[in-house]
Amino acid sequence: MSTDETGHGGAQTPGSAGNPGGPGQEFLQLITPAGERISHPEFDFWVRDITDEQLCSLFEDMTVIRRIDVEATALQRQGELALWPPLLGQEAAQVGSGRSLRADDFVFSSYRENGVAYCRGVDLTDLLRVWRGNASGGWDPYSINMATPQIIIGAQTLHATGYAMGIQNDGADAVAVTYFGDGATSEGDVNEAMVFAASFQAPVVFFCTNNHWAISEPVRLQSHIQLADRATGFGIPSLRVDGNDVLAVMAATRLALDRARRGGGPTFIEAVTYRMGPHTTADDPTRYRDANELEDWAAKDPISRLAGLLDRKGLLTPELQQQVKDKADSVASEMRRGCTTMPEPQPLDVFKHVYSTPNSWLERQQDHYARYLASFGDPAGAVSEEGAR
Amino acid sequence: MTQLTFARAINAGLRKSLENDSKVVLLGEDIGTLGGVFRVTDGLQKDFGTHRVVDTPLAESAIVGTAVGLAYRGYRPVVEIQFDGFIYPAFDQIVSQVAKLHYRTRGAVKMPITIRVPFGGGIGSPEHHSESPEAYFTHTSGLRVVTVANPQDAYTVIQQAIACDDPVLYFEPKRRYHDKGEVDESVDPASALPMDKARVLTDGSDVTLVAYGPLVKTAVDAASAAADEGISIEVIDLRSLAPVDYDAVVASVRKTGRLVVTHEAGQSGGLGAEVAASITERCFYHLEAAPVRVTGFDIPYPYSKLEMHHLPGLDRILDGVDRALGRPNSLSGLEG
Repeated sequence: MSTDETGHGGAQTPGSAGNPGGPGQEFLQLITPAGERISHPEFDFWVRDITDEQLCSLFEDMTVIRRIDVEATALQRQGELALWPPLLGQEAAQVGSGRSLRADDFVFSSYRENGVAYCRGVDLTDLLRVWRGNASGGWDPYSINMATPQIIIGAQTLHATGYAMGIQNDGADAVAVTYFGDGATSEGDVNEAMVFAASFQAPVVFFCTNNHWAISEPVRLQSHIQLADRATGFGIPSLRVDGNDVLAVMAATRLALDRARRGGGPTFIEAVTYRMGPHTTADDPTRYRDANELEDWAAKDPISRLAGLLDRKGLLTPELQQQVKDKADSVASEMRRGCTTMPEPQPLDVFKHVYSTPNSWLERQQDHYARYLASFGDPAGAVSEEGAR
Repeated sequence: MTQLTFARAINAGLRKSLENDSKVVLLGEDIGTLGGVFRVTDGLQKDFGTHRVVDTPLAESAIVGTAVGLAYRGYRPVVEIQFDGFIYPAFDQIVSQVAKLHYRTRGAVKMPITIRVPFGGGIGSPEHHSESPEAYFTHTSGLRVVTVANPQDAYTVIQQAIACDDPVLYFEPKRRYHDKGEVDESVDPASALPMDKARVLTDGSDVTLVAYGPLVKTAVDAASAAADEGISIEVIDLRSLAPVDYDAVVASVRKTGRLVVTHEAGQSGGLGAEVAASITERCFYHLEAAPVRVTGFDIPYPYSKLEMHHLPGLDRILDGVDRALGRPNSLSGLEG
């Protein structure tokens, strides 16, 4: 914690900014890589209500998300998807935060938060629409209170801040949450978003997934200080958490959400994790990344860590494992079916939704192209002409 | 009817929109207590509060980017870019976000954002304060681009822009801010001439002269001067730069057979090129001569002591009219 506001009971977190675990511990951790639950004087408060059943549910979510990732990567390799951005290794960061949100909170994410989208209840066919090339956006943002994935790095942090200003104007206690990577912290928009969020004390949570790599550029190229420490310069309290520890992420997110709901303004969370896979399926990380680094991080795997905790508690039964596997298999097969049976977009669909009111330039271009298509006597062209009107 | 300056007319239009729709919010630098550097928002924060008229930190990308978030939340933000040359830091948010979010979300999210931009030269400012960046935005699908040339339009079009569910760039001819004109504040913007329609200002039979924003007045003055020489010019105030109301221009050129387009912005890739090409495509057999452009030069906006050479004035426009008519002109004798 970097300010005196801790979000409950006036408790103080020991340590300096970005060092919530105290001296010698570089981030907040509630579960060790070996799966041992360690207690924390302040942050245990934020996960005190998590039952054994909920722990099992978090384990299921993370396993399902990993399965979605594997299946989507396979679909890309089989030519069913044009591209896929894997989130392998980041399951705890996405589930821990995603499961902390309320339905009326609103998420503005990058393109890698497919696990968060799952937590928000995204339709799995919608999840793949963009990556199959069938649409430039996947879902109706208002159906799951999550904006469609942002490709421009960091642009969404401003959208979240503006949305949060709207929440403030409405007198509501919802929160806007924005996800971005370590690379994004170098972008002007992210810095401008923090200026606005601090100035207006907007109810927004900046969730920075430090996965150590922005395509081939290491995080040390982006920053000479810990990313969490950057926020303090804007007057925004920050937390640095073990992003592979689902409970730590959950505790930090809940604290930040609570602060925002109670008018305490923005919080910056740096979730320290690792992108185990490539940037996208078009990337080759072996060109820039040391294999040893990958091994080190594999030992901190978020799912096996939670499995370790469940095992210590006697919860990791064969029944649970089978149940989780069945769920993951069924989600994957549903997603595959949705992907391969997705209707093909029609030619004149390109003209849809550019404007919400008629535009004479575009109507003329559409009309001319429809005539061109019709000149082939192609029934598909004729149908699509009708479909676009 | 009252006599209002451009600046007061826009102010009155903003006031009407703030009164009529509680979702309208204004954002910008210095727009609150100061009332904007041109005083266009004068008194609005006092009357509508700091949550409706928001003084922002100095960050153009953030001003537009937070407007995107407010639009997501159901607001209708009106942002002020203080000067034309300051819009570039917001370029990404405008062309990649504001313009495309309706398309990207297949119509689920509307972006009813109005971006007010004082534009154009002629006020003796230092650099970055006199630019005409409209072509960057007319080139971007998803945006509507309008400009106004008289206080009545300034009053009604700003309200139409705010009511429009599409994002609108509203370019304000800053050297006309203090020009006065009749404004009927009882006009209902919904039944007034839609903002995407052009208006014929003078009937003419010899040449069609297309202008917009700050040059409309100059074009009308040129038509008046030409009439003294027996040349009949039909002046069209384009009003909407994206989309252009080509039907209006086509109808005029079919009548006159000649086209001159004028704007302050540089020539290459400018709106004049687009109008000339489109009219050539649609009116080739009606044209008696090649369309003529009278524009600013392809230079950075010059220092103020030379800006009158860059800006098309009445005489340069008339020289262009002479070219279209095949009368002796400054380029007579030159081939190609």
